[in-house]
Amino acid sequence: MHGLLHPRPFRRTMEKMMKRHLLAAGLLTIATQALAETPVLTVLTYDSFTSEWGPGPAIEKAFEETCACDLRFVPAGDGAALLARVQLEGAASEADVVLGLDTSLTAAAAATGLFAPHGHTPQLDLPVEVADPLFLPYDWGWFAFVHDRTRLPEPPRTFEALAASDLKIVIQDPRSSTPGLGLLLWVKAAYGDRAAEIWQGLADNVVTVTPGWSEAYGLFLEGEADMVLSYTTSPAYHLIAEKDDSKAAALFDEGHYLQIEVAGKLAATDQPELADRFLAFMLTEAFQSAIPQTNWMYPAVTPAAGLPEGFDAFRPAKSLLMTPEEAQAARDPALAEWRTALAK
Amino acid sequence: MKPRLAPRQNLPAHLLAGLLLALVIAPLLAIGWRGTGISLGAADWAAVRFSATQAVLSAVFSTLLAVPVARALARRQFPGRGALITLMGAPFLLPAVVAVLGLLAVFGRGGMLNQALTALDLPPVSIYGLHGVVLAHVFLNLPLATRMILQGWLSIPAERIRLAQSLGFPPRETFRHLEAPMLREVLPGVALVILVICLTSFAVVLTLGGGPSATTIELAIYQAVRFEFDLARAAGLAGVQLVLGGLAALAAWGLTRPAGFGAGLDRPLRLDAPPGWRRALDVLALILTGLFLALPLLAVLMRGLPGLADLPASVLPAAARSVGVALVSAVLATAAALALALSAARRPGLWVETAATLPLATSGLVLGTGLFLLIRPFAPPMTLALPVTVLVNLALSLPYLYRILLPEARALHQDYGRLADSLDLRGWPRLRWLVLPRLARPLGFGAGIAAALSMGDLGVIALFAGERQATLPLVVSQLTGAYRMEAAAAAALILVALSFALFWAFDAGGRRAAA
Repeated sequence: MHGLLHPRPFRRTMEKMMKRHLLAAGLLTIATQALAETPVLTVLTYDSFTSEWGPGPAIEKAFEETCACDLRFVPAGDGAALLARVQLEGAASEADVVLGLDTSLTAAAAATGLFAPHGHTPQLDLPVEVADPLFLPYDWGWFAFVHDRTRLPEPPRTFEALAASDLKIVIQDPRSSTPGLGLLLWVKAAYGDRAAEIWQGLADNVVTVTPGWSEAYGLFLEGEADMVLSYTTSPAYHLIAEKDDSKAAALFDEGHYLQIEVAGKLAATDQPELADRFLAFMLTEAFQSAIPQTNWMYPAVTPAAGLPEGFDAFRPAKSLLMTPEEAQAARDPALAEWRTALAK
Repeated sequence: MKPRLAPRQNLPAHLLAGLLLALVIAPLLAIGWRGTGISLGAADWAAVRFSATQAVLSAVFSTLLAVPVARALARRQFPGRGALITLMGAPFLLPAVVAVLGLLAVFGRGGMLNQALTALDLPPVSIYGLHGVVLAHVFLNLPLATRMILQGWLSIPAERIRLAQSLGFPPRETFRHLEAPMLREVLPGVALVILVICLTSFAVVLTLGGGPSATTIELAIYQAVRFEFDLARAAGLAGVQLVLGGLAALAAWGLTRPAGFGAGLDRPLRLDAPPGWRRALDVLALILTGLFLALPLLAVLMRGLPGLADLPASVLPAAARSVGVALVSAVLATAAALALALSAARRPGLWVETAATLPLATSGLVLGTGLFLLIRPFAPPMTLALPVTVLVNLALSLPYLYRILLPEARALHQDYGRLADSLDLRGWPRLRWLVLPRLARPLGFGAGIAAALSMGDLGVIALFAGERQATLPLVVSQLTGAYRMEAAAAAALILVALSFALFWAFDAGGRRAAA
């Protein structure tokens, strides 16, 4: 070390670095100043909705053409993080609309008293009747186990067959992810008191439990499992975006649990008219036609042009869904059963 | 400990320590205050036990395995040594999910290892379970531990090595008189940071844990905040995590002994490189470590390359934003850690020690949520996204920096403190002529670690993310959420490459300034 005698190069490096930081800090400040004069409608939603590959950009453009306003999507993490965010902010929230809760969360959301009625009685193309005064569906999907048919040509047709097989599955944790919670409710809705028994049978099939959907799906694509909990529409993504028809969804005789994604208006919004207009716009062609190939879910109102290819490939004969109140009541006991069965 | 103290110089360091502790405790109180009472159930305590077990195992294995590797690097000279040392920075800065996928390419069900086992007609091994969690934590932390311990080896004065050589010490005696005291000073601190960071590990543990028996405190906090909105319980769990981190800091404090080699004349001298089986052992340690680190990294590279061509344009501004945040965080964290380390070297104190450790033991979710609650009454959190990111990065990277700087700051104080005091060398001149030049190597290394770490933090600031402030980790998360795994792998590769470039620039800068 001769640093004591020649400290100059070090100092020069430090000075250069400091200049660069000042520049960076300046640029960042400019970037954050995005204020506008026009009325702003703030929609709190999950990350993937706002990304440039999600529905966000197309919907923002279409709505701003009609509303003379600035529509802002604020990403709040994943679906499960949304409700916590709403509760944290309470009545002082900047947000006007929350988009992306599902029906396993709406009972808790309604109980916060933070949401206002939407006043719509729309005609929806859903497999079940849904009428919630506070929350309006905008898309939906069936949970399903997705597999690669080149490697697994004959998937099991029931949970019991899956449990009896030595197939490996990867699922999401119901304590941190909405699909994980959906699977919990699916097994409960299909088997009731036998749910614990089914989970015990599945225990040796579960390779691992991931914190969210994307980790699980990534593990499946890397070949870590034969099947992954996802949606019946997942194969359509590979078909349309990647021209790959090897992915398939296994149809179960018990029926498939539905995930219905909803939006609601916050009671404390300072833009109630704009929020109402957005919720009405949500069920129009411009919004709904963007959903299938960006969110990869079924639109709540089928667009005039119909559904893209692949969306009719895996249609379960039977749909399962608990009411929001049933789902909320079932969650804790089902979670305890799940934990006991899988904690080998 | 020192006859001549300048107490006023320690005041900024103590203020800093107080601020750090406030940053750790205030969010906890802000959250806990909103609940009615804290009650932790049996499942919560199981999570606490599992968290502690895997953290202790991860720390012990990472630290002990790093010793032979660091020693081989310290006493052997071979082509590619510098590259290997630089590579040591890479695994540590991988985002958890990227690291997991890289490891799975080697150890997963369809990974290289199992393919080789199948080819040899041997039964496959599963990575999922406690052993997989520890393996991943060793992969992430062994390189860091190696670098920190190597630093210790390089700081043994040449005069002591020469003395040992002229006395004809065999390797065993060299170990006893030179290496063991150095390890006694360095190892507890290294094990401590690894233990505490593994305590709060979330995605790695959950993904590789194999099921709910591998539940950590952080997951229980997630559940409490997101599905139950039971903030008091979240605060209680985060408090338990902090107490565990504090206990670990206390244990490391009790185990650390200064090596007390005294000053040297800075003439570079390598330890003897004993021949025979010791040489074979060194070679083996280096080859195994090289493979263990390089293969998953290679897998990360291979996964990311195909998607690079059609990456979305939004990656660029997000990358620029991340780099800006990382640079600002790194400089501030380095300055803060230096102040704390210099103060602790002058007068060791449990107060500074604890303040410089606990930020690592905070739950990311609780820290983010608490800051969100604290800031909201005064300003829309979205407008403060970047400053808060810098602050959180600073707090989370400071403990590493502190551990890296502390042994050298202590040696600096013992060797030059009195001379500098008697020359009345204080303030900026002292920093400029004594401290910065002599600590250039650990400062560069530490700043590199801080910059690279600051590239990756997503969880803590998720609540502050605004519409147009996407950072690179958020883009990666958006891509994976939209099925675009290939593009996500490419964006993650860019994230890793940028982190590594930042790390390398600081680290090499420090090493050059010290040479």
